[in-house]
Amino acid sequence: MAGIAAWGAYAPRLRLSRKAVTQANAWVAPNLKAKGKGERSMANWDEDALTMAVEAARDALGPDDDRSHIDSLYFASTTAPFADRLNAGIVSAALTLEKSIAASDVTGSQRCGLTALGQALSAGGASLVAVGEHRKARAASAQELDFGDGAAAFVISDEPGAAELLGRGSVTDDFVDHFRGDDGGFDYYWEERWIRDEGIVKLVPPAIQRALEVADLSPDQVDYFCFPSTFSGMAAALAKAVGIRPEAVRDNLAAVMGEAGCAHGPIMLAHALEEAKAGETILVAQFGQGAEALMFRATGAGQRAARGVTGSLAEREVETNYLKFLTFNGLIEWDKGMRAEKDNKTALTTLYRNEDMILGLVGGRCRETGVVQFPRTRISVAPNNPAVDTQEPYRFAERRANVLSYSADYLTFSMVPPNHYGMIVFEGGGRIMMDITDVAPGDVETGLPVRMVFRIKEVDEKRGFVRYFWKAAPDRAAIASQSAQAAE
Amino acid sequence: MPQGIRDKVAILGMGCSKFGERWDAGPDDLMVEAYLEAMQDAGIEPTQLDAAWFSTHIDEIGTGKGGTPLSIALRLPNIAVTRVENFCASGSEAFRGAVYAVAAGAADIALAVGVEKLKDTGYGGLPVANPGTLNPQVMPNGSAPGNFAQLASAYRAKHGVSKDDLKRAIAHVSVKSHANGAKNPKAHLRKPITAEQALAAPIIAEPLGLFDCCGVSDGAAAAIVTTPEIARSLGKHDLVTVKALQLSVSNGYESQYNGWDGSHVHTARIAAGKAYREAGIERPREQISMMEVHDCFSITELVTMEDLFISPEGQGWRDVLDGFYDADGGVPCQIDGGLKCFGHPIGASGLRMLYEMYLQLQGRAGERQLVNPVFGMTHNLGGAPASNVCSVAIIGQEGA
Repeated sequence: MAGIAAWGAYAPRLRLSRKAVTQANAWVAPNLKAKGKGERSMANWDEDALTMAVEAARDALGPDDDRSHIDSLYFASTTAPFADRLNAGIVSAALTLEKSIAASDVTGSQRCGLTALGQALSAGGASLVAVGEHRKARAASAQELDFGDGAAAFVISDEPGAAELLGRGSVTDDFVDHFRGDDGGFDYYWEERWIRDEGIVKLVPPAIQRALEVADLSPDQVDYFCFPSTFSGMAAALAKAVGIRPEAVRDNLAAVMGEAGCAHGPIMLAHALEEAKAGETILVAQFGQGAEALMFRATGAGQRAARGVTGSLAEREVETNYLKFLTFNGLIEWDKGMRAEKDNKTALTTLYRNEDMILGLVGGRCRETGVVQFPRTRISVAPNNPAVDTQEPYRFAERRANVLSYSADYLTFSMVPPNHYGMIVFEGGGRIMMDITDVAPGDVETGLPVRMVFRIKEVDEKRGFVRYFWKAAPDRAAIASQSAQAAE
Repeated sequence: MPQGIRDKVAILGMGCSKFGERWDAGPDDLMVEAYLEAMQDAGIEPTQLDAAWFSTHIDEIGTGKGGTPLSIALRLPNIAVTRVENFCASGSEAFRGAVYAVAAGAADIALAVGVEKLKDTGYGGLPVANPGTLNPQVMPNGSAPGNFAQLASAYRAKHGVSKDDLKRAIAHVSVKSHANGAKNPKAHLRKPITAEQALAAPIIAEPLGLFDCCGVSDGAAAAIVTTPEIARSLGKHDLVTVKALQLSVSNGYESQYNGWDGSHVHTARIAAGKAYREAGIERPREQISMMEVHDCFSITELVTMEDLFISPEGQGWRDVLDGFYDADGGVPCQIDGGLKCFGHPIGASGLRMLYEMYLQLQGRAGERQLVNPVFGMTHNLGGAPASNVCSVAIIGQEGA
């Protein structure tokens, strides 16, 4: 029976204080005051559904450069950056998966993350499922407070791995609780009571019951019940309706990260996997034009995520500046200055010719001298041995690195001034002058340990194109271990 | 080792426009201003020019591409005009082309003109450059101050200099240049400043504040060169000759190979070493009378003092604070105000540096005149510390 071999998760480091939002909007939306508790995850300006999915996938795959065992990839999101360009293709290039893999984008509904997972488990073989979501909501809306940004990923294998699939149940019905047209705008919602009583309560149970039936389990045998909903008490009400024990109902993380759309069922599943003991059962379901339900049994084996949901939630920085959130999400027309007027048109020929360099952060290693460099070139950079045509592809994305020199630049255009960038030197050789992200003034100094993160480099607003590249971000685990050593 | 350029070519005349925010002047006006002064100084007619080199960096907002803008502005007699561009060292490239043409015997008299019209961008600072199609997909969204500011972080780390000490040293670099620039009627910025002002200025790119950055100016400069024999035949004496012209260009070592420590400019050391050999200079700290270096930012000037082997490595900041590079110091640096205060019209800057050295060597520097200078050195850097072109030139009294 197929199963989950490994999992990973990602929540952006920034957590927007809901109180900051409700206070700013109290004049226009006093009804939202009660929602002003806790925090929601907030993507940095250079993060989207795709970059977060890549981060989660790296967490699931681990630092090993060899990813040739993956033979198919599913990228699920309702907020993928491209409507017609295979988003999974970008994920694949970023992860340096083989060119021979099958890849698809799964989208269209809040349950699409679990649908992708179900399809991968049914298809057999070794696959990667990466789910990311970054939903936009209007200022002063309830969604703005309820939503969060995040991602989860799973490595699927024909072996049970960390969790064995026991059963799957689906319901498909064109129940339109909300929709979003193809204008890239905002969700349009119908009345909550109708969604709850006529939608969730009636359409989800058959999917759950079907999954239990296939698994040959009774509802009271469910140890972990994961069901995301922004309606308070919804998962508990559903559990009661189908006979799942109340103590099995999992925290939906609303207080600490909000709901990450189609990624939220997968995130809750990953979170449960982090706690489940061998033999315990996990039921995950998500609503959306019907429902998808998947039933697993934890094996206690498999590879544990280095970061996972627990690690992602632990690495946090509270953001109380609501205007920054609005700016990052394109909800404010702000004065970027003349320096932002440069044309960000991307030469697609150049992008494709340098695909592994730009999207995969692949450089070269001289097979004669072992000298590592970025980018890969015909003539080696080694000063004493400029060998010709000796470079083999060399991946930098998972290498540890640190800052040699840097500046915090207030002159150049940046979405988060000052723009930090510097010369990053890699363990094992090589260096790249690159942007440094997820930092504030004072965070960077020569010697700072950094890790590579896949991010938005530039947005071409004129043509609707998003340019991706890698950036350096503080390696907070390495920094913590350095401080611990220094203290000893 | 090639035999080099030493004493093969003499400077017949030079000219330099007033630098600054020249709202009144387009690039043509600036070129004409510098050219007419140089021609008058040389005492020749346009028909005596055999070839010209023309430097300008940012064609998008300046003259446009090609050699025609110079030929048309100056109404040159249909002679060869070569446009050169090598980042901020473009002006030195124009000079190098003209000097080499004379040394090769291809031209008896050659002209070099550099110009930049920067104040047509609509904002302060340098315009955003066109980086091609690959660079913007991978390189940081940076600026000149952000690139050069990185020298400071690496210099502090390598030499164990505190943030405060280095900030004080680079503040003095600017205080000294403002004091010098105040005495130069052609300079863009002519107000002296205090160290306190420099230290309190708003940050442009950590740790560089406003006064750590050079002026963004309009301007042009010109040189006319010939052989010493022709110069004498035209009635010139006490000639200023070219002693060394070196250019070192990064090959990716600094930016792609883990060797360079980021605290200095690799090419500057190579160009300086070669220039001293070409000029026959063995003890630069004693022999160089004065210099104009590429102080695009105060930290660049500070590390350059070591890269040119004037200050020992790691000690440049102390020499700066000790006043060694002040107008009355051991090796006066930026006696005309430098890029900092004379200004930095990119394509003209290399020629502007030579203009000041030439005036000083001829005793024509007015209020700024130094006592009996023998060798004047210029250092003209283009690009960024991790990837650049660096020109080092030495001119001096003929026979010295």
